[in-house]
Amino acid sequence: MKIAITSTGNSPDATLDSRFGRCAYFVIYDTQSGSTEFVPNPAREAEDGAGPEAVKLVASRNAKKIVSGEFGMKIKPLLDSLKIQMIVLQDPEKRVNEIIEMLNH
Amino acid sequence: MSPRNKRLRKVINPPLIKGFKPFGPDTPKNNNNPVIMLYEEYEALRLCDYDLYNHHQASELMGVSRPTFTRIYASARQKIARAFVDGRKISIEGGKVYFDSDWYHCQGCGCYFNNPAKDIKVEACPLCGVTTFINFEYDDYEEDEECIKVSQKRSCGRERRKRHQHN
Repeated sequence: MKIAITSTGNSPDATLDSRFGRCAYFVIYDTQSGSTEFVPNPAREAEDGAGPEAVKLVASRNAKKIVSGEFGMKIKPLLDSLKIQMIVLQDPEKRVNEIIEMLNH
Repeated sequence: MSPRNKRLRKVINPPLIKGFKPFGPDTPKNNNNPVIMLYEEYEALRLCDYDLYNHHQASELMGVSRPTFTRIYASARQKIARAFVDGRKISIEGGKVYFDSDWYHCQGCGCYFNNPAKDIKVEACPLCGVTTFINFEYDDYEEDEECIKVSQKRSCGRERRKRHQHN
């Protein structure tokens, strides 16, 4: 299963980005192969509609869960209909590799 | 002139099944013309006839007006009747809806998560795997709010009379 994590940078030492739609990078982590992929967020500087664009990107990568600091108003119904789980982690100090470790509990 | 856009209808519990199939010796053979039941029609039927809400309360839960709710509900019953009488399949799909899900709060890592797949029960926190989490519900609070909202809205007056009988 693939899990998307919002990240502030493109290395595993980067911290969790607290925003979903306007995060710098998405980390697509594959629990089966253990591989990670860093995808820059194209909608980062968008005036509006950054959230739905981000949902499209994540859904196109077949991620089933998303870990982020917070989600915007328009996101929840979209993700509910796509059956993607939201995980809200209010800890901006957490690093991406720490989150991946937690996911491997 | 094109008709006005339909408002999104809220579906709290999507159905566990995809539809129904008739059986029996006299079932029409080439039965590949199912009755399409929309998600909102299923939800209207569930709220009204399974959870026994009245149309006014159910319309509030689905986020549509009372007359619209009654139209959705009537359409649901007509479709079921058509399927029963003609011996056609019922297929539950489509509709102008959005889904709503519950939130949970993990006591291990402190994260919040939701469960979009209602048919699968949450057993452990998806992040840290701890099994101690609480259902983050303002359930009772919200239901009370809902009741107040219903009673403050103008209505036909029937349900108000009923509520007074309960109190």
